[in-house]
Amino acid sequence: MPAIWIIPALPLAAFLIICALFLRPARARFAPLVLIVALVAALALSLAAAAGRWHDPTHAAIEQRVTWLAIAPAVATGAGGLTLEVGALLDPLSAIMLVVVSLVSLLIQIYSIGYMHGDRGYGRYFAFMSLFSFSMLGLVIASNFLELYVFWELVGLCSYLLIGYYYQTTSAANAAKKAFIVTRFGDVGFLIGIIALSYAGGTFNFIELRHVVEGNQLVPFFFGQSAFVTVVALLIFSGAVGKSAQFPLHVWLPDAMEGPTPVSALIHAATMVAAGVYLVARAFFVFQASGAALVVVACIGAFTAFLAATIAVVQSDIKRVLAYSTISQLGYMMLALGAGSVAAGIFHLTTHACFKALLFLCAGSVIHAAGTNDMWEMGGLGRTMKWTAATAAVGALALAGIWPLSGFYSKDAVLATVATSPGLEAALGVGGRDLLLGAGLVVVLLTAFYMTRMWAVTFSGPARDAKRKHAHESPWVMLFPLVVLAALAATGGLLNHAATGMAFNRFLGAHEAHAAHAAWVVWASLGLALLGIASSWAIYGGGRNRVAGIASPGALAVYHFVQHKWWMDDFYHGLVARGVLAASRIFAWVDRHVVNGFVDGAGWLTGVAGRWLRQAETGQLQLYALVLLAAAAVIGFALAYLGVSLAVVP
Amino acid sequence: MMVSHVQLSHYLVVAALLFAIGAFGALTRRNAVAVLMGVELMLNAANLNFVAFWRYVDPTRLEGQIFVLIIITVAAAEAAVGLALVLNIYRNFGTVEVDRVNTLKG
Repeated sequence: MPAIWIIPALPLAAFLIICALFLRPARARFAPLVLIVALVAALALSLAAAAGRWHDPTHAAIEQRVTWLAIAPAVATGAGGLTLEVGALLDPLSAIMLVVVSLVSLLIQIYSIGYMHGDRGYGRYFAFMSLFSFSMLGLVIASNFLELYVFWELVGLCSYLLIGYYYQTTSAANAAKKAFIVTRFGDVGFLIGIIALSYAGGTFNFIELRHVVEGNQLVPFFFGQSAFVTVVALLIFSGAVGKSAQFPLHVWLPDAMEGPTPVSALIHAATMVAAGVYLVARAFFVFQASGAALVVVACIGAFTAFLAATIAVVQSDIKRVLAYSTISQLGYMMLALGAGSVAAGIFHLTTHACFKALLFLCAGSVIHAAGTNDMWEMGGLGRTMKWTAATAAVGALALAGIWPLSGFYSKDAVLATVATSPGLEAALGVGGRDLLLGAGLVVVLLTAFYMTRMWAVTFSGPARDAKRKHAHESPWVMLFPLVVLAALAATGGLLNHAATGMAFNRFLGAHEAHAAHAAWVVWASLGLALLGIASSWAIYGGGRNRVAGIASPGALAVYHFVQHKWWMDDFYHGLVARGVLAASRIFAWVDRHVVNGFVDGAGWLTGVAGRWLRQAETGQLQLYALVLLAAAAVIGFALAYLGVSLAVVP
Repeated sequence: MMVSHVQLSHYLVVAALLFAIGAFGALTRRNAVAVLMGVELMLNAANLNFVAFWRYVDPTRLEGQIFVLIIITVAAAEAAVGLALVLNIYRNFGTVEVDRVNTLKG
């Protein structure tokens, strides 16, 4: 087995080459070529690595690691030693992620050649994209928690840099800051969780920690064994909540749409935001050791899926519809993981990466042509942009979960997992489990509704704006990735189809055959998806808006509530942002009056003392001599009085 | 052999008077040259004490005499430096009255 680290090293090399040679606009046209060559090689190696794992009958994990830093334990006590390692872990989970990341990244870079054409920061864009590809691939193959955390923060940095790519606009700069700060809330917990777990387990390494946790050999330093594991699992999950934009830290992702659209497709739909899901899957042994943490994951996932789906229904910015849709689908993945199935969660992650990247790229294509993000200003683009409209329809139907597209299979895997989850039933009872399942089914309806709405308003009917009547189709370099992704989105279900013997599940070592036990869920979700499409088409079909005809006061109140994103942004702004500002005003006052007072006081005291003492300096020579003499006399008399003799007796 | 009635205490009284007169002069005279002369008197009072103690305490030891010689030498140097200072004060201030040389007043 050759070195696995070469896969992430390829885009890193591309990053360095672009930074060294192709940053300037005059030569930036070579930048994408460098990155694409690197990603083609990375994709080939990833496929080879995945194939190697697939053909290995046991799908055993391969680990390659080196010691990065070794701190010897204290000589006296033998305690406090620490060995930090970097390594690469290749198991079925990371093999799948490697292929997904390098494939989607490659297609999006090809698309970017056309989308970013003529942009002033062309070289910078591809440099950041290379750095991101490196970080994401590194995150996927990290073999211990500390290494994963380093890459975790690196992808966060790349996300920040690329959201703020158009840094000249205030909104983009603010969105970048918001993404960075909001995810930081989760990352603090994540880091604490890593440290606590590794301290109790004696290692950072995933495989070793897994043995420790499964063997009940953790040495908790607070609470008991089970409570400790639950706390650690929830701390790790808080990192996933931030990165994967789950409630209550989901607010950054819609704003992140300020970045260029291919960035949204790659980072904020297909890969980085899925890192949280990957993290939970990677640390699944911790969650499994604590049933309570899994239930929390499932509940957060289900609630987030519902919350985001409702908001997506009322958005008019095409990218924001997709952003909320992404949050909602990430909620699905969390729900599947919480229900106890890594295979279902990762399967949905894989299909979602394809069809959501596809939808974002289609959105980019129409934004490129129409010059606006607002769907209501578009309309009728299907006439001139046939390829984009067709591929977007494939993506939308896949996302809605229509047979036989990939979303149908992965969504049913998620719902069937929930419907038959013994863990959820044990913790929440049949009623609680069915509540989560019901939320999942309602989200199916909402998803089909908002995707149909998006497609109908953008592509169907007559052109609403005369200026955009002549919007032209995008160049082939942008259409090619659309077609490839559409093909993948359409056929991705085969990965985990009875025809292929549930290959995906078997690869990930899942033994479940849930689909057989929950046949009614398949029909229910398909029926709800068709209902959503039909009702949405009835309202928005042909690009018209018949909402006014069915509006009632109650519906308006709900609309108002959802339109304001459940008031969550306002809540955060009011509570967190204002709270921070109020606290900083107090600190500023203390600094200005107390701390500064001490400093000023020291200077003032010196000045006053100086003004007082300088009066002793009269400039009169004879006064000095008198003081000298008097002092000598006083000292002499004092010594004599005390009986001290200065005489040196020989 | 004539018995001397002069005791150590007599010398010490004379030396103390010399020192007091010198100190008084150094502290009160306004003329810088007179201040220097007061300092010389104080130095010589010390010399007198050295010699007297040498003579009455232990004539076999020579430290007292040696100290006197050193002090005379230092006093000569001091007088030379002091007078040079006075000369320069006169050139710069146009006076040798020490109470008018007070540019270091705080």
